[in-house]
Amino acid sequence: MKAALAAASEALDLDRLEVRDLNRRLQGAETGAAFEVLNPLGRHSLAVGLRRPVEVTLRGHVGYYCAGMNDGGRIAVAGNAGTGLAENMMSGLVRVTGDASQSAGASGHGGLLVIEGNAAARCGISLKGLDIVVGGSVGHNSAFMAQAGTLTICGDAEAGLGDSLYETRIYLRGQAGELGADCVEKEMRPEHLAQLTDLLARAGIAADPADFRRYGSARELYRFRVSNLGAY
Amino acid sequence: MCGIAGLFLKTPELQPKLGALFSPMLREMSERGPDSAGIAVYRDVGRNAAGDPRHCKLSLYHADPAFDWDGLAHDLGAAAGIAVEVERLASHALLHATGAPAKLRAWLLAERPEVRIMSAGHSLEIYKEIGLPAAILERFAVPQMAGSHAIGHTRMATESAVTTEGAHPFNTGDDLCLVHNGSLSNHHQVKRWLQRRGDARFQTENDSEVAAGYLTYRLSEGASIAEALEAALTDLDGFYTFAVGTGDGFAVLRDPIACKPAVLAETDDWVAMASEFRAIARLPGVEQARVWEPAPGQVYSWGSE
Repeated sequence: MKAALAAASEALDLDRLEVRDLNRRLQGAETGAAFEVLNPLGRHSLAVGLRRPVEVTLRGHVGYYCAGMNDGGRIAVAGNAGTGLAENMMSGLVRVTGDASQSAGASGHGGLLVIEGNAAARCGISLKGLDIVVGGSVGHNSAFMAQAGTLTICGDAEAGLGDSLYETRIYLRGQAGELGADCVEKEMRPEHLAQLTDLLARAGIAADPADFRRYGSARELYRFRVSNLGAY
Repeated sequence: MCGIAGLFLKTPELQPKLGALFSPMLREMSERGPDSAGIAVYRDVGRNAAGDPRHCKLSLYHADPAFDWDGLAHDLGAAAGIAVEVERLASHALLHATGAPAKLRAWLLAERPEVRIMSAGHSLEIYKEIGLPAAILERFAVPQMAGSHAIGHTRMATESAVTTEGAHPFNTGDDLCLVHNGSLSNHHQVKRWLQRRGDARFQTENDSEVAAGYLTYRLSEGASIAEALEAALTDLDGFYTFAVGTGDGFAVLRDPIACKPAVLAETDDWVAMASEFRAIARLPGVEQARVWEPAPGQVYSWGSE
């Protein structure tokens, strides 16, 4: 099936095509169509706003806001991605073989984002339901104010992990810097192990779920306490 | 916002192509800063055939296109007892002389305060103007320039006026220059601190000039460029990505929370830095380059110690 898709994929060369025209072509494509984007050369806003299960492979490094607002598209970046990768994603799959810059997967509502390399600061900030799997490490303040979804980190996390966290589950294999406010290590129960096993399998990353620890919200920051009423 | 770019050539064979390689990098950063641009080029160390180590250069600017540069060169030469040559480049003039750049700088500050000193040193030349980066690169014939390294800036003004003087790079000591993306919150305090300590004189209200002055002060204390930047992490407060050039070196630093973007790429032939990868994307051999995002609060340096 994969070979058939690859054979049928249409090449779109950004040295001959404007970004706006590329996005229009991808957004208008029929379900199941496959595209190969050549010469991305760090350009911004590539493959944004897809609303159907369309396969897109970007051959090289991409700039800011790649795969933003993705709703159903299956987008692969064969290279690194700049700031704001897959922001506000709704569904579908985004996979980066290299590293991602800051704010990857910010505010994502659903789908799966796989970063095979490292992600920089603020990965999964304000997460709202997207699942993110990072093969390497993440920078500071990742999953800041995250509300739903999961962040799986196979490497280490810099300081401020899960700061002011609401309900997102964080799975971490490596070392954590100083945890963010209200973020605590939690027990890894069978349902978490099952979820993590599934995430790693879907991400295609070979890691033993038993090596991971789980972090979550202590729920101290956002609970209303009647004893504090006088302060309002 | 602002865009910054730097290219440090490790292979001497590439040096004739410095301007041709660097100009597209800066042009690519136009959208990040379309109000003004500046270029620092390090070239022609020892201009004459004998490679006279006393040879020094000053790049100067005056708003009046009819300004009498020959008269200025004559007066400076007579006062210092040296021969001074003038080379005109659009709104700028490049003065070639022998002696210590600091002495020539001091004479200009005292005798010709209306002339802006863009740079002083042995290999550094700085050209900057208001307008679109592409036009400025052409005006100063940067694509044709040879040299060892170059640093450039495309400005979107935040902390001071849109003027030629307010454009980057800033040079405050011999052959040192700095470009900055961000804003410093304690630059008034640092400026007063520097003014109390030495003969630091500032030509603008720009926060980035204070950062350049700070590095010059640390270097005058005997610090290496890497040590000076380490100290800057403690003393400078705000958001910044700096690219710094010295006579034979190049360095990059981001603030400890990495608010401002930066990407580095390195091959056996060159090191390139830019605000975004698209500035680096067409350099020769980039497919084999190691590409990475500089870590917050970590000094990266090449060349001089």
